[in-house]
Amino acid sequence: MKILVPVKRVIDYNVKIRVAADGSGVETANVKMSMNPFDEIAVEEAVRLKEAGVATEVVVVSAGVAGCVDTLRTAMALGADRAIHVNTDAELQPLAVAKLLKAVAGREQPQLVICGKQAIDDDANQTGQMLAALLGWGQAAFASKVSVADGRASVTREIDGGLETVSVALPAVITTDLRLNEPRFASLPNIMKAKKKPLDTVTPDELGVDVTPRLKTLKVAEPPKRQAGVKVASVAELVAKLRDEAKVLR
Amino acid sequence: MSILVIAEHDNAGLRPATLNTLAAAAKIGGDITVLVAGSGCAGAAAAAAAVPGVAKVLSADAAHLAHPTAEDLAAVTLAAAAGHSHVLAPAGSFGKNFMPRVAATLDVAQVSDIVEVVSADTFVRPIYAGNALATVQSADPVKVVTVRATAFDPVAATGGSAPVEALAAPAASLLSAFVSQELSTSARPELGNARVVVTGGRALGSAEAYASVLEPLADRLGAALGASRAAVDSGYAPNDAQVGQTGKIVAPDLYIAIGVSGAIQHLAGMKDSKVIVAINKDPEAAIFQVADYGLVGDLFELVPALVKELG
Ligand SMILES: Cc1cc2nc3c(=O)[nH]c(=O)nc-3n(C[C@H](O)[C@H](O)[C@H](O)COP(=O)(O)OP(=O)(O)OC[C@H]3O[C@@H](n4cnc5c(N)ncnc54)[C@H](O)[C@@H]3O)c2cc1C
Repeated sequence: MKILVPVKRVIDYNVKIRVAADGSGVETANVKMSMNPFDEIAVEEAVRLKEAGVATEVVVVSAGVAGCVDTLRTAMALGADRAIHVNTDAELQPLAVAKLLKAVAGREQPQLVICGKQAIDDDANQTGQMLAALLGWGQAAFASKVSVADGRASVTREIDGGLETVSVALPAVITTDLRLNEPRFASLPNIMKAKKKPLDTVTPDELGVDVTPRLKTLKVAEPPKRQAGVKVASVAELVAKLRDEAKVLR
Repeated sequence: MSILVIAEHDNAGLRPATLNTLAAAAKIGGDITVLVAGSGCAGAAAAAAAVPGVAKVLSADAAHLAHPTAEDLAAVTLAAAAGHSHVLAPAGSFGKNFMPRVAATLDVAQVSDIVEVVSADTFVRPIYAGNALATVQSADPVKVVTVRATAFDPVAATGGSAPVEALAAPAASLLSAFVSQELSTSARPELGNARVVVTGGRALGSAEAYASVLEPLADRLGAALGASRAAVDSGYAPNDAQVGQTGKIVAPDLYIAIGVSGAIQHLAGMKDSKVIVAINKDPEAAIFQVADYGLVGDLFELVPALVKELG
């Protein structure tokens, strides 16, 4: 069984982002970029399925600028076997990415696609579900536990009320939640090995996909800042403030 | 304009986020139709029909929609969507699951998690864990939108009397099937719409301490219990208690963060609370930058003392 794992290059989760002065977006120059954390969890899950003998090959794919190659090398250092870079400088929105991934899936014929549930830059939480719909496949989103057997995946999902388990026929799309696994760190020898693993490049044109954005960003602004409040010296002072000043106690 | 709102409900009635989503629909303006897809969902359909401003309720009542899969919810939504300019659902795990399937099938973009309606085609949504707000305009013929409940005051639940029409649900998809669920049961208010939230972080150190330290305070205040990711990952609290960028978004009247450092991913989920209290032993903790009232010290002493002081 082949597993396809899409990975996105995003501003590192530790970076405090800055909104560009002209309101066009956020500053990305000289900012640390990393693999979207949910995609790391997706790579880890795929690699574990391979180590368990369930999967035979893990292919990673990333769409975007030249720098995505670094993200793909990182994924291969974590255990992916080979990589595909969909090279474009165009702005990519989730629907366009889902179409690119559908085209890649058409070429690769994976039995399973494991995506992160959301990218921590646009926070859209769409691509995996969109891909499943475009492929006409079933989906299991927000996975905290996955087991694969007999042509189906049994997936425990994190939902607002607790946990839900679904059984989805393969081929299928799974999206990862935080509790699915704890991704490993890439060892130095594996980082070296990853440099020699195969990496193909294609373009949206070659895949026959129109990636024209459907949403126009008119403005990006900073949210209103919260005023830092006061430190209180004691529990008694806190209760007095909550009662008399904030009036939130009943 | 004609807006289809997909109700989140428990068959007997509407979930609160549906009323917030209807408020966003009202801001867009136009005829509002509510789709209630479930099994034995007459109660929820009646509740939707009672919401003022709702023009029509479509009730898709079918056995296979008892615990609907994303595939089945998308299919019934698409069956109801014809002729509508907008399709809206709350942006919780319910809406996030199936709405992108609806958008992709219609070949339109989805606008996720909106916090403001600027006009019928323009919306504001948070990006980068709420550290930036993007104003986006959709050129697509149908706007598929999920709504952040805490950003819209709910519409009134009663006073209307819309007609309820039956909608035949498409046959069950065989792609995936519901197996089981484990819902967290608690007598406390629900995290998403509680008036007071008491949240514990990694500092609680164990599930036992999370319960024994926080529950008396939550009991006293009638609060819901929340948790940081670290507290959930460590098994102190269930996954559905996670507040933050990738968990639940809350905006209660009073939010008390206990032993939580205030990582941006956590702040993303609670910084719109009306009053924020932080208890942390580190005076430099980032949580104090958003707290209205900060108390520096050991939570294991301060929280029991607070319960006592509250009487
Ligand atoms: C992709 C991604 C998504 C994430 N999503 C979320 C999310 O949705 N929600 C979320 O919360 N986090 C999220 N995180 C994690 C986030 O970055 C932080 O790691 C997490 O919020 C830290 O939790 P914490 O504050 O409980 O723990 P810590 O950061 O370890 O803070 C513990 C705090 O307790 C204080 N303390 C220790 N002992 C005591 C004591 N005895 N009395 C009083 N104070 C004490 C310390 O001073 C410290 O400030 C995410 C991270 C990533 C990478």
